[in-house]
Amino acid sequence: MAIEVRIPTILRTYTGGEKAVEAKGDTLEGLIDDLDSRHAGIKGRLITEEGKLHRFVNVYVNDEDVRFLGSLETPLKDGDSVTVLPAVAGG
Amino acid sequence: MRYDSLIESLGRTPLVGLPRLSPSPDVRLWAKIESNNPTGSVKDRAALYMITAAEKEGLLRPGVTILEPTSGNTGISLAMVCRQRGYRLICVMPENTSVERRQLLTMYGAEIVTSPAAGGSNQAVAVAKQLASENPDWVMLYQYGNPANAQAHYETTGPEIIEDLPEITHFVAGLGTTGTLMGTGRYLREHRPGVRIIAAEPRYGELVYGLRNIDEGFVPELYDASVLTSRFSVGPREALRRTRQLVEEEGIFAGISTGAILHAALGEAMKCVQAGQTADIAFVVCDGGWKYLSTGAYAGTLEEAEAALEGQLWA
Repeated sequence: MAIEVRIPTILRTYTGGEKAVEAKGDTLEGLIDDLDSRHAGIKGRLITEEGKLHRFVNVYVNDEDVRFLGSLETPLKDGDSVTVLPAVAGG
Repeated sequence: MRYDSLIESLGRTPLVGLPRLSPSPDVRLWAKIESNNPTGSVKDRAALYMITAAEKEGLLRPGVTILEPTSGNTGISLAMVCRQRGYRLICVMPENTSVERRQLLTMYGAEIVTSPAAGGSNQAVAVAKQLASENPDWVMLYQYGNPANAQAHYETTGPEIIEDLPEITHFVAGLGTTGTLMGTGRYLREHRPGVRIIAAEPRYGELVYGLRNIDEGFVPELYDASVLTSRFSVGPREALRRTRQLVEEEGIFAGISTGAILHAALGEAMKCVQAGQTADIAFVVCDGGWKYLSTGAYAGTLEEAEAALEGQLWA
């Protein structure tokens, strides 16, 4: 099961400069573990030591913020699109 | 209607139906036309409330300098009020914002300090905080953390919507400072339990997310996720497509962030249609399209318009 993950500029040091990579997982947590097995260290930038999404990291599944879907337990299916972005100011 | 001054005419904006874009008679969309405010944007409400609150606290005297990080609309609203009340205004603005916003600010008498494009408004916030620490006699209203920003919507936008649309099921607005969603959302939840509060967040080009590290990220102090039901990221392509659809089908000429909000509103509407539910969905028209003509958003193909927006702060 391949899911496309879009990587923001500041995390592309982990993906060899790739803007989008593929990973597998039934949940967001599983996907991030799989991502880390291919791009070592990236998990530590997304998830805190307490095991939560980093405050300044936003993750979207099919453009919806995962914090309103189930956070790390958000279920994923084939063909989903995952986007990672740093939190920036609007207004 | 007659008012003693322009400021008095703020708010009480029309709520208009979208007979062509609403998917069915049972699932209806309603546009809150905030572009009808004195300077043409929803930010007039927050600007007036923040200045009035600072006056009550005794922070402002004629001649005092107000400082604010802004990508445009808040600055323009503050400038209009400051002009009338005799305050000096300095706006810290990212360099990748439209030329019209700069011209309007200058016309209203505000001074502009430019912050770097990379990092978007994060950098404007950082520069403004630095300037505030160097100039302790300046007053930074700080829209991202000022409770008066959300209070403006709790006391005005929310009650106006309930009065005009008592049957409301969904409220959709843009997520920037979060003031509109926090204030209106809290009021609506208190008066219509079960109402869905939906955030549409603009997704910009990569330059805007060009932070040096994650710890430079920013979440406005006003933000309380428990007010929201869901939050969507909307890219420039969808925002532009909906902005054009709104003017072509309903005659509403709005800015690009409104297109992003309409996209989220239509997404919710389609879910209701599929579920066989009735819905009355109110969304915010943040401003008119005038300030974005120079961005190319309204000319040529969608592909050309999207390319022209790359790297700009379009909301």
